[in-house]
Amino acid sequence: MARAALIMAALAMLATATASRAQQQELPVNSIVDGVFVHNGQTAQMTRENGGAIANVGFIVGEDAVAVIDTGGSLREGRQLMAAIRARTGKPIRYVINTHGHPDHVFGNGAFVQNGTTFVGHANLPRALAARGQFYLDAFRRTMGDQLIDEIRIVPPTLLVSGSLNLDLGARTLVLRAWPAAHSDCDLTVLDEKTGTLFAGDLVFLAHTPVLDGSIRGWLGVLGELGALPAQRVVPGHGPVSGWPAALADERRYLQTLASDVRGLVTSGKPITAAGTAAGSERSRWELFDDFNTRNATAAFSEIEWE
Amino acid sequence: MPGSLFRLSVVAGLFLFGAPPARAAEANDPWPGLVQDIFNNRPMNDGSDVIAVEMPSRAEDAAIVPVTLRTKLSPGDSRQVLSITLVIDQNPAPMAAKFQLGPDAKVSEISTRVRVNNYTDVHAVAELSDGKLYMTKTYVKASGGCSAPAAKNADEAKGRLGQMRYRQFGRAGEGSASGAREAQIMIGHPNNSGLQMDQVTQLYVPAFFVNELRLWQDDSLVLTMEGGISISEDPNIRFTYVSNGAKTFRAEAKDTEGHVFQREWKIDDSGI
Repeated sequence: MARAALIMAALAMLATATASRAQQQELPVNSIVDGVFVHNGQTAQMTRENGGAIANVGFIVGEDAVAVIDTGGSLREGRQLMAAIRARTGKPIRYVINTHGHPDHVFGNGAFVQNGTTFVGHANLPRALAARGQFYLDAFRRTMGDQLIDEIRIVPPTLLVSGSLNLDLGARTLVLRAWPAAHSDCDLTVLDEKTGTLFAGDLVFLAHTPVLDGSIRGWLGVLGELGALPAQRVVPGHGPVSGWPAALADERRYLQTLASDVRGLVTSGKPITAAGTAAGSERSRWELFDDFNTRNATAAFSEIEWE
Repeated sequence: MPGSLFRLSVVAGLFLFGAPPARAAEANDPWPGLVQDIFNNRPMNDGSDVIAVEMPSRAEDAAIVPVTLRTKLSPGDSRQVLSITLVIDQNPAPMAAKFQLGPDAKVSEISTRVRVNNYTDVHAVAELSDGKLYMTKTYVKASGGCSAPAAKNADEAKGRLGQMRYRQFGRAGEGSASGAREAQIMIGHPNNSGLQMDQVTQLYVPAFFVNELRLWQDDSLVLTMEGGISISEDPNIRFTYVSNGAKTFRAEAKDTEGHVFQREWKIDDSGI
């Protein structure tokens, strides 16, 4: 009797554990257009509670194979993305493409390491991950906790893009494009020609305050060419899937305002400690403004003072 | 010798690199060890009336955290500030910079930008002409998000190597009458920390930074800085000093690869 009860209890625990894992296992994704799936990240900082799932990540399914575009902010999110893919297709994952090196886009890479999967990134991405990877792991341990961070591995790309590169998924061509320093110094975009869907990574922000970690002048400089890409819609790095190129308007205005205000501060001899006053007129238009604007302005100041 | 201390700290940083600094910061206070390593265990006197160190309470951009050092001695005080050492306790190379103040330049304020890797105490230690050390400190929280104490645009950082800029600022209510000036020197340099591993060779990239900067008005020394990898890319020093009527301002910087960068500018007498 006692033994049967023990077995029953064990089974019950197992069932609970399995159920909760099953609930967690699949990352919620939307099919935004034929064969293109997107998880819309929360507009937030990476925390233990959200498991780092703050960026938009997705995948594209061709006749023969699948390409994953960004893997999320934890290995857990990467595994959940993998589960979401496997719930929809059994085709092999031929490519994992990282749009740049920030932790919310690459921390899930380790979930996709297997024979037959090639990691793809900007030619500068390995350098950025070498310089920052360990720092990111240490820094996010504080907000995400040991459990999420311990299992993360930094996986750099082996197929590197400078200029552009076409990837074939079988009757479906992805056009990858490496950009000069803008949001970061390793920004890569992915255009699905079949549906006119552009995965822009963090070259495009909507709702979430744009984050400057490359070059403000470079970023403003690429917006024209970026906006001319033949896309119908964009999957931004952060914010809702939107029409193209109208989706660029808010970001362009923010960056222009920031550059212009910072230029005014530099010209009038203000110190860098005054940078945070720049782009104050944008505060009501963005989420997480106080988390990122002073940082953006500080970075812009250190660049614009060399003009 | 201070030069070797910078290197020593860098080497120590390599060994500590893998340790999670979040916990290390809370577990033990590195300051007593730093007093031993950097200041030879000399007694630390309360410096709150001698010197101020100002930083934002939260580092916004980990790679560019503004810091201002200000002398607080009253005009009647017979003591002079000889040097100010800036220590960022939890950084891989804690000794960020040592500034020596020119004997006649009356430097009263120095602002620069540093990298901050972690939640950390930041100490400023002034050595006065009475032969004693005076310490004050502040506390900075590391930045959040994807900010990192690394290059944002590594190619551009290399491209600017050795460029130097001088700028003079007007100061409200002062100017040429009192002789007080505010000026800034910018040096294009990646100031690479070296704490990164080459993907192919699996070796650490060597550190490459400005380790010495000297500033003169004509032939009179205004300020020198011995710097380490905690100083931000493109070292930028803004300072207040008193003009001796010099017509030129001169800067000389050296880096760890033996480059010497020199430039001279005419001083604008208008004070703007």
